[in-house]
Amino acid sequence: MEASQEVERAVQSELIHEHIVEIVSDSGEGAQKAGQTFGAVCARMGNGVWTVEIIPAEIKPPARSPAGASGIRIRLGSKYITNMGDEADLVVAFNEQVLYSRIANGAYKAGTILLIENKWRDDPVPEIQAQYKRALAEFKENGLIVHELALEEACREITSNPRVGKNMFVLGMLCHIYTRDVELARNEIATIFKRKSKEVVEQNYRLLQAGYDFASDNLDFRYEIPPQQVREGKRFIVTNGNTALGLGVMASGMELVAMYPITPATSASHYLADVFHEVGGFVHQAEDEIAAIGFAIGSSFAGKTACTITSGPGLALKTEMLALAVMAEIPLVLAVVQRGGPSTGLPTKVEQGDLLASIFGEPGDAPKVVVAPATIEECLHFVVMSRRLAETFRTPVVLLTDANLATGQQPYPRPEPSSEWLAPPIDQTDWDPQIPPYNWDPQTGLSPRPVPGMVDGHYVLTGLAHTNESKVAYDSKSNQLGCDMRSRKLAALANTLKAPTVYGDPEGDLLVVGWGSTLGAIQEAVDRTRAQGYKVSSLHLRFISPLEPGLKEIFSRFRKVMTVEINYSDDLSAPLITRENRRYSQLAWILRASTLVDVDCWSVVLGAPLQPGMIHKVLLERLSSKED
Amino acid sequence: MFGMNADWSLEVFERYFTIGDYAGGEARWCPGCGDHGVLTAIHKLLRDEQVPPETTVAVSGIGCSSRLPHYMGTYGFHGLHGRALPIACGIKSRRPELDVWVATGDGDCFSIGTAHWIHAIRYNMDMTVLAFDNSVYGLTKAQTSPTSPLGFKTNTHPTGAILPPLNPLTTTLGITNVSFVAQVVDWSPPLLYEVIKAAHRHKGTGFVRIIQRCPVFSDSVSKALQNSPERVLLLQHEKGIPIDASAKRQFPNSITHDPSDLAAARAVAEDTSRIPVGLLYQNTDALCYETLSSRGTEFTVKKRLAGINAALDRFTI
Ligand SMILES: Cc1ncc(C[n+]2csc(CCOP(=O)(O)OP(=O)(O)O)c2C)c(N)n1
Ligand code: SF4
Ligand SMILES: [Mg+2]
Repeated sequence: MEASQEVERAVQSELIHEHIVEIVSDSGEGAQKAGQTFGAVCARMGNGVWTVEIIPAEIKPPARSPAGASGIRIRLGSKYITNMGDEADLVVAFNEQVLYSRIANGAYKAGTILLIENKWRDDPVPEIQAQYKRALAEFKENGLIVHELALEEACREITSNPRVGKNMFVLGMLCHIYTRDVELARNEIATIFKRKSKEVVEQNYRLLQAGYDFASDNLDFRYEIPPQQVREGKRFIVTNGNTALGLGVMASGMELVAMYPITPATSASHYLADVFHEVGGFVHQAEDEIAAIGFAIGSSFAGKTACTITSGPGLALKTEMLALAVMAEIPLVLAVVQRGGPSTGLPTKVEQGDLLASIFGEPGDAPKVVVAPATIEECLHFVVMSRRLAETFRTPVVLLTDANLATGQQPYPRPEPSSEWLAPPIDQTDWDPQIPPYNWDPQTGLSPRPVPGMVDGHYVLTGLAHTNESKVAYDSKSNQLGCDMRSRKLAALANTLKAPTVYGDPEGDLLVVGWGSTLGAIQEAVDRTRAQGYKVSSLHLRFISPLEPGLKEIFSRFRKVMTVEINYSDDLSAPLITRENRRYSQLAWILRASTLVDVDCWSVVLGAPLQPGMIHKVLLERLSSKED
Repeated sequence: MFGMNADWSLEVFERYFTIGDYAGGEARWCPGCGDHGVLTAIHKLLRDEQVPPETTVAVSGIGCSSRLPHYMGTYGFHGLHGRALPIACGIKSRRPELDVWVATGDGDCFSIGTAHWIHAIRYNMDMTVLAFDNSVYGLTKAQTSPTSPLGFKTNTHPTGAILPPLNPLTTTLGITNVSFVAQVVDWSPPLLYEVIKAAHRHKGTGFVRIIQRCPVFSDSVSKALQNSPERVLLLQHEKGIPIDASAKRQFPNSITHDPSDLAAARAVAEDTSRIPVGLLYQNTDALCYETLSSRGTEFTVKKRLAGINAALDRFTI
C-alpha cells in the first residue's frame, strides 16, 4: 500500500478529454463485467460514458481464436459521450489471438497502448509460444505500444483460479490508470456480488486493490479525465438500451410482455422477468413469435395494452398478426431490436435493416406508427409514448431500436414517472349502444374502443373487411372507407408533430439525415466537418411513419441531402450500378418518395455501429465531389 | 311496493338473460351443417348458466366453424387462421374473470395451429375449446385436412388422402397438464349439450372434439358413421357426462370408463375402430396458467409507481 502511494506520487497523471478503452478476451473471462463496472464507476464520477459489448462470432468458440473475441469497449470523456468513437487508445487483452478480430475491425491505431497477458510467452505448447511472439512482433510493427504483463501470475497470489478473478484485477488496474475512486469500484463489486458470500466479496476487493497496486508499480503512465458535465443536481441512471426498454414498459403501465427468445432482444425480457412482478406485470414466454404477438393482441383486445419484443426473424413471423392489429385497430407496442439480416443474418450485430419491413411488411395496406429512439434514454421514454399513441390512435406502434442501443450503456437523467405515465384502469362503464364499435371521426379516423366487460359494448372483432359496426363487409364502399379511416389516423398524428430541428446551420451545402442509434456518431462527424469550415448540418428523425412534417422545406435549404444508415444500399461506383437502377438505403427510399428530393445515401452493413471517423470521411468526399 | 326490496327485485328481473341475448347475426352455414347445432347448444347453455353476455368472449380462427363469434351476441374475436388459441390465452391472461370460448376447425387447430393447440393445452387456461372436426377444409372448398380418412377424395388429393389421419384425442391426451378431453358428435343434441356444459364448467381448458357434419364436402364421412351407430362407444361413469335415454337409444354400445384414469383414456382414444363419445379424461387439479399470468392485476397506481421507482433507483448513480 505504502509503496504504491509513493509511486502514485512519482507518476504524474496526464490531463486528457477522453479515452477509448477495450478489454478483450476469450468468452467467459469476465471482460464485459469488468468493463461495465468500470463504465459505471466513470459515470458515477460524472464522466460521459458509452460502452459497447464485443460479442464473439460463435457460441462456443475455441480458446485463443479470433472468432472468440469477447469483451467490451468503454469510451469515457469529460463531456457527454454519444457513441463508440473511432480507434481505441488503450487495450487490455488476455491473449493475443482475440486481438486479430479487433484489428480486422480497425479498432486500433499506431499509438494504441496494449496491456497484454504475457504467460503465453512461456506456454508449454511451442506452437502457442510461437504464435504469441509472432503476433507481438506484428503488433509492435503496426505501432501499438506493447506492455507485456504477468496478470494471471499476480492474481494467483490472491486466488487459485485467476481465469475467473482477473477481471476485477483489471478493473483495479484501470482505476489506477484513470485515477478513479477505488471506493466507488468497491461499491460496485458489493452490488455485483450481493448474492454471493462475504468471502467472495472480500476476495474481489483484494483483487481490485491488487490490480490497482500492480498498475501503480508497473506502469509509467496515468491519466485524468475531469468530468465537465452539468448535471444540475439531477439524478442520473446508467442502463443499456434493452434495460431502458424494460424500464419503459414498466413506466408505461403495461402489465404484459409476450415474447419468444431472440438475440439481441431477449435481454430486455430477461430484465423484465427479474423485476416486472414488482409492478404487478408478467412476462409470457410464448411457444413462438406468432403466439407471442397473438397473446399480446388478446390482452390488448381485453383492455390491457401489451407489448411484444423481438428482432428481425421474429418480426417476419409476426407480420400477419401485425396486420390484424392494424385492420381491427388493436393497440399494441411491438419493439424490434434490429440485428443484421436478411434471414438469420447476423444475430448479435447491429443493422437498421427493418425499417421498410416495419412500415410496409404486411400484404395489403397496413398503416401503423413506426418510431425510432436515437438514444438509450429515448428507448425508455419511447415505450411510454408508444403505449399512449397505441391507445389514442387505436393502432400498433412499432418501436425500432438496434443491437447497438440494446447493449450500449450510457448515463442519462433518471426519469421521474408519474401516474399520467401509467395506463388508466380499464373502463368498465356501460357502452352507449347507439355508438358503433368503430365510430370513426371522418376528420381523424379516431374512434373510442369498447372493451369486454362493458355492457352493450359487445362487438365481434374481425380481420375481414368490416363496417363501422364491425360487421363483415365485402362491398366496395365499406372497404374503401375502412382503408381511408385507418390511413387518416396517421395523417392526424402527423398533424400533431413538429418539424425536426436541424443540428448545425439551417442551410448549407450538405444535410445528413439519420435515424436510430447513429445519432451520436453522425453529430460528432458533422462537428468535425464543420470545424474544418464545411457547411454541413444533420437532422435525425424519430417518427418515420408518419414522417415528421416540413422535410421538403428543410431539404430545400441545402445543396445536397443524404442519409447515413446501417443497412444496404448499392454503391454508385459498383459494377452495373446506375442512378436508375441503384437500390437506396431504407430511409433514403422513404425520403425520396415523400419529398421528391434527389436524396443520396451512404450506408454499410458491416455488422458494426457507425463510427464518427467513417462518417467524417464520407462527408468530406461528398462535399468535395464535383458531381451533383 | 308490495313489501319487496327494490334492490333485490332489480337484480333478479333486470339481469335475466334469454337466448336472444346470446344470439348475434343470422347463422350463414349451409343447411344441414353440424355447426348450427353446436351454436344452439352454446346459446342454450349460456342462458341456462346465466353468464353475463358482456363478460363472454367467443374467439375463433378462420374457417366455416370459425364464423361462430359472428353469430353470438357477446364479445367476439374472429382472428387469424390457426391462431385462435394464443389470442384467447392473451385475453384470459390479465382478465381471468372473462368467460372465454374458442371455436376452431380441424385445419385451424390440428394443422396450421398445431403448435398453439399443444401449448394451449399445456397452459390449461380456464376456457372452453370446441374443435369442429368435419375431416375437411370447408371454407376453402374441400382440401384434405389432417383428420381426413385415408383415401378420402379432395381437391388437393383427387385420388384420395394419402396419409392415415391424425388422432386428435391421443395427441391431446399426450400433452402434459391436459385437464379435460371429451368427444361428441353433432347429431346427438342432448349429448352435445351435456358435453359442452361439462367442458364449460371444468376449471381449466375444456377441450371438446366435435365430430361435425359437412354435408357439402365430407358428407360420406359423417354418413358412414351415422349409418353405423354401433361404431360409437358411449363412455359412462358417475364422474363422467350424464347420458340420457335418447342417446342410449341412438348408440347401442357403451363402456364404463373412469375419466380420472389417464392411461385408460389414452387406451380408449387409441382404438380407432370405435368412436368414443363422452368424457375421456378430466383432472380438476391441473395448474391453470392464468393464476400465474394474472398476478399483480390488483396493484394500485401507488404500488406500481413505487415498483418502478425502486427499479430506477437500482440504476441511479
Ligand atoms: C394463413 C392462412 N392460410 C390459409 C388460409 C385459407 N384458409 C381459410 S380457412 C382454411 C381451412 C379451414 O378448414 P378448417 O379449419 O377445417 O375449418 P372448416 O372450414 O372446415 O370449418 C384455410 C386453408 C388463411 N385464411 N390464412
Ligand atoms: S361447407 Fe360444410 S362446414 Fe362449411 S358451412 Fe357448409 S356444411 Fe358447414
Ligand atoms: Mg374442417
